[in-house]
Amino acid sequence: MMMLLNNIQIDDTFAEAFNMRGTRVIITAQNLKWAYHAANAMTGFATSVIGCGVEAGIERELSTEETPDGRPGVSILMFAMGSKVLMQQLETRMGQCILTCPTAAAFSGIDGEDKISLGKHLRYFGDGFQTSKLIDGKRYWRIPVMDGEFITEETTGMVRAIGGGNFLILATSQPAALAAAEVAIEAMKKVPNVIMPFPGGVVRSGSKVGSKYKTMFASTNDAFCPTLKGATNTELSPEIESVMEIVIDGLTFEDIALSMKVGIEAICNLGADSGVKRISAGNYGGKLGPHLFKLHDILNGSNS
Amino acid sequence: MNALTFTLKNTLQFSVNCGALTPDNLANKSAADIAKIKVTYGNSTVLAGDLFEISGNDAAHIVFKNASDKMDYIGAHMSTGKITVEGNAGAYLGFTMKNGEIHCLGNAASYAACNMVNGLLKIDANVGDFLGAGSEGLRKGMRGGTVIIKGNAGDRVGDQMRRGLILIEGNVGDYCGSRMIAGTIGVLGSVGVYTAFNMHRGTLLLKNVPTLHATVQYCGTHTLPYLSLLFKSFKKYNTQFSQLSSQRVQRFVGDAAYKGNGEVLILNA
Repeated sequence: MMMLLNNIQIDDTFAEAFNMRGTRVIITAQNLKWAYHAANAMTGFATSVIGCGVEAGIERELSTEETPDGRPGVSILMFAMGSKVLMQQLETRMGQCILTCPTAAAFSGIDGEDKISLGKHLRYFGDGFQTSKLIDGKRYWRIPVMDGEFITEETTGMVRAIGGGNFLILATSQPAALAAAEVAIEAMKKVPNVIMPFPGGVVRSGSKVGSKYKTMFASTNDAFCPTLKGATNTELSPEIESVMEIVIDGLTFEDIALSMKVGIEAICNLGADSGVKRISAGNYGGKLGPHLFKLHDILNGSNS
Repeated sequence: MNALTFTLKNTLQFSVNCGALTPDNLANKSAADIAKIKVTYGNSTVLAGDLFEISGNDAAHIVFKNASDKMDYIGAHMSTGKITVEGNAGAYLGFTMKNGEIHCLGNAASYAACNMVNGLLKIDANVGDFLGAGSEGLRKGMRGGTVIIKGNAGDRVGDQMRRGLILIEGNVGDYCGSRMIAGTIGVLGSVGVYTAFNMHRGTLLLKNVPTLHATVQYCGTHTLPYLSLLFKSFKKYNTQFSQLSSQRVQRFVGDAAYKGNGEVLILNA
């Protein structure tokens, strides 16, 4: 059935997402500038599990009232395909990005039955001078460093999560597609429990499952590549000149669905004059994962 | 329901072991049954009803009235409920306490919070020696929980303390934090000599600079970020420690004679 929002067509399709393991870490520092330095480093090179091991991003800023140590901070979310990779990546990134960042401290941002190491092993950097403090049932490690002391909670929680929620923005020009994507990202950043892990929250190289090459398990989504309209089984109409994708990882199905709704509605509020003609989604025919985010249902508020 | 109340009938001639009179042991028992519980009195055994008037029926909250410093082991091994001591308490108050709350409105004798595991122990007046220490022969003292003393404490506070929090608003005697393995002791008054003697790890948070022996080394004045977490945890208690906010401290580390990594922090440096 045809759906139009402000003259922008919403395809009757769905985004296909998969199970992940996720965690949240709270990073604080002397001021927001240094909290962002730490968080940006920790979530750097974490766009896709395909090549980075984890997908990570800054969820939101935290006020001094919201952080454990009363300093400015940010919360980050990190997702991986399995618990082992998530644990390994978290420890590596803690050691190279948070321990090294002046004034930064790290705390658990989520409870869960499963606990994974935050500073549990990092403490050995203290070479015997490290000390722990058990405060209100939580164990913290104090590691002496050259700027004073590095504080980290011993563990954080690990929960079941979902990755790969997405939608595609089909526009008449590259600037129009990107401008609409930026508007969507700004709106989606206000939704808790989700991240958009790609650069600026937007990905231009959407992929399909499989490839003609045996060693590749993902390759360019040729059906949505505008320069291949005549050379492949295209999904694009003649006026579409650029497609941008927004990928969402979240703690629950509902979080991702809400984020998609907010993002799509923000784009549709721009109207068809913005150059955006269609919204679609990455539908891989059931090859990718069990979670289906049906665009029409999400926008009608009936997705479950 | 009214608090289960034990009112001491007469002045005690000998020490009485009150360890059996806890919320755990008295739950679902009638006043008549409780009166028949045997307690050690001096070198003999008597019935609880011989020593106390027993009233009330809520064993989750036990009150000792006219309490005496000869009433030992109040709240021993308790794991739930609350005990209020209206008067003084004897030795071993909260011995191996596992959870719940004890509030003593008067003084307590030695070995309060001995072997304590968890819970909250509040003493509104003074307490004797070996607060939060281990019982004779044990290598570890208090292993968790929180102790708040409004008055003064004796010698050897936190001797071999393994974990937990002791906050003392008054003065303490000698050997504070001796052989301390870990945990936190705060003192707003003065401390005696040989503070941090043979200290392994842990934190002594002091308001006044003590006379420290040579093997506790000065490490300078610092702003320690973890103190904000610690002070935040004090806020829920009704104590002067709840007012602490400055993270600026003088830091001493020791006891070097024991290759110790314990710290003595002097507040508001």
